[in-house]
Amino acid sequence: MSPPLLQVRDLRVHFPVRTGGVLFADYTPLKAVDGVSFDLAAGETLGIVGESGCGKSTLGRAVLQLLPPTSGAVAWLGTDVDLADKAALKARRRDMQVVFQDPLASLDPRMTAGAIIAEPLRNYHPELSSPDIKARVARMMEQVGLLPAMLNRYPHEFSGGQCQRIGIARAMILKPKLVVCDEPVSALDVSIRAQVINLLMDLQRELQLSMLFISHDLAVVRHISHRVMVLYLGKMMELADRDSLYRAPRHPYTRALMTAVPIPDPDQERAKPRAVTFGDLPSPLSPPSGCVFRTRCPKATAICAAAAPPLEAVAAGQLVACHHWRT
Amino acid sequence: MMAVNLSSPHGAALEAAGEVAGRSLWQDAWRRLRANRAAVVSLIILAIIAVASIVGPYLLPWTYDEIDWDHIEALPPDFALGHYFGTDSLGRDLLARTLFGGRISLTVGILATFVALFIGVAVGAIAGFVGGKVDQVLMRFVDLMYSVPLTFFVIILMVLFGRNFILMFLAIGAVEWLTMARIVRGQTLALRGKEFIEAARASGGSTTAIILRHIVPNVLGVVMVYVTLTIPQVILLESFLSFLGLGVQEPMTSWGMLINDGAAELEINPRTLIIPAVFMTVTLFCFNFLGDGLRDALDPKDR
Ligand code: SF4
Repeated sequence: MSPPLLQVRDLRVHFPVRTGGVLFADYTPLKAVDGVSFDLAAGETLGIVGESGCGKSTLGRAVLQLLPPTSGAVAWLGTDVDLADKAALKARRRDMQVVFQDPLASLDPRMTAGAIIAEPLRNYHPELSSPDIKARVARMMEQVGLLPAMLNRYPHEFSGGQCQRIGIARAMILKPKLVVCDEPVSALDVSIRAQVINLLMDLQRELQLSMLFISHDLAVVRHISHRVMVLYLGKMMELADRDSLYRAPRHPYTRALMTAVPIPDPDQERAKPRAVTFGDLPSPLSPPSGCVFRTRCPKATAICAAAAPPLEAVAAGQLVACHHWRT
Repeated sequence: MMAVNLSSPHGAALEAAGEVAGRSLWQDAWRRLRANRAAVVSLIILAIIAVASIVGPYLLPWTYDEIDWDHIEALPPDFALGHYFGTDSLGRDLLARTLFGGRISLTVGILATFVALFIGVAVGAIAGFVGGKVDQVLMRFVDLMYSVPLTFFVIILMVLFGRNFILMFLAIGAVEWLTMARIVRGQTLALRGKEFIEAARASGGSTTAIILRHIVPNVLGVVMVYVTLTIPQVILLESFLSFLGLGVQEPMTSWGMLINDGAAELEINPRTLIIPAVFMTVTLFCFNFLGDGLRDALDPKDR
């Protein structure tokens, strides 16, 4: 069997954060991503969920090599990449693209939509003539639902949804194999979200893309993902097929997230059982000992403080990191 | 707002794109600049002054260094003799001297400023974008240069190379790019964290490409304003250097020197001050309007 498109093994990204010291700074590592492993097959969408600050975006950037990982490996089609090798890095970036959260901020205010979408082409195909580039940009704009006649407009002249379409067009024009979507719809109006999500799904089918879909919106993730990973303070809590995860979440944190999603019917909403989590996210600078979730976990016991729970396979394709997943 | 649904007649839309030619930021900027009346008028006046300074001295009956031996006193304007603006206290034609001075002042002002612009933007953008050690080294060098007094620097240059017109560019350039570099670095630091820079990196842009394609166009608006402030500064600096003996020497002249001489005779002969001063003031005004116009033209949000 051919190796999966993307293999992430024990990935860690730690940022040194200055936590004191007057003359000589004291640094504490902020473990934004701490020991994450997963595989991604061609054409598959992996949803990554968690609260803000749990390391979702950092994970996406590390996979894209936009941030150097502290340790661990990101293998692409079975081969590891050498970050120091600029040419190899550039060649790999051709196949992985990103769609950002803030549609307007991710577009250069002084470039026209056409120039923005054409930029990856100019980087990777300097041999293309201007009419060729223009034709491909126009076709791409069609594909994402923008009028090609708008190619001379500047980002601020577009609505948020249209800006995101420009961002998507830029990510797709090289026909990449992997696209990391970093909260692509959370900055958009609710009415436009569905359109952008459907556009992403259509493009995925057409281009046979793999996607990492980062979001805190469980409903959106459920709609688009094949598998879902739940992150908490940089650690994997649960990784499972979408259906198993949404039908039978094992981890207390996943359950808490699920009950946090409101049900449209107020009677059902009031009646639903709550796996309440108390308190705020602990500081990622000093995560709790043992299981990082124990400060908010309704099922926490002594063992949770003593030892970090390992990731256990509880069912086919379902991994959970919890001492008490059985209950 | 949704302008398009996916099922729009694709062929028609593609054709529409064929008719719309792609435009670059520069073409758009030029179009917007032409719509700005103050900037266009300034550009025309500057062109007239520049052309007059270049060809004017050849068309006048007197040259800038020719002394009218019959009138070695400040002569009021006299059309019969060909002294349209009169003469200075040594009997030299004031119009010829003003136009000739314009040549020197404009050349120095524009060339030195552009040298400063080029070096300043390059150093500032690289320091700000690359950061780390490169930033440290470049900016400490800028600090070092700041701390050397100009007069001292000029004296060293003169001792080493003797009097030389070219040295003046060197001295002015060495001073003026420093502030430019700091301004550009600050702007670059603010830009570096923006998502569109990360997006550019993700779409395969090299550092050079990102600096040229994203950083420079985005800092240019601010830089343009500073350029228009620098040109007058350079023109004044030139008269100071000439006074120290590094710039142009009599009988050659520049606006700065003419104003200097004129100021000494203000009470007996205000004309010798007013005429070059008017030329210089108009020029500087025009540069300011032009700079403002350029800044607005380079900002697509400004319509
Ligand atoms: S290991 Fe303990 S604290 Fe952590 S999630 Fe499971 S029950 Fe809760």
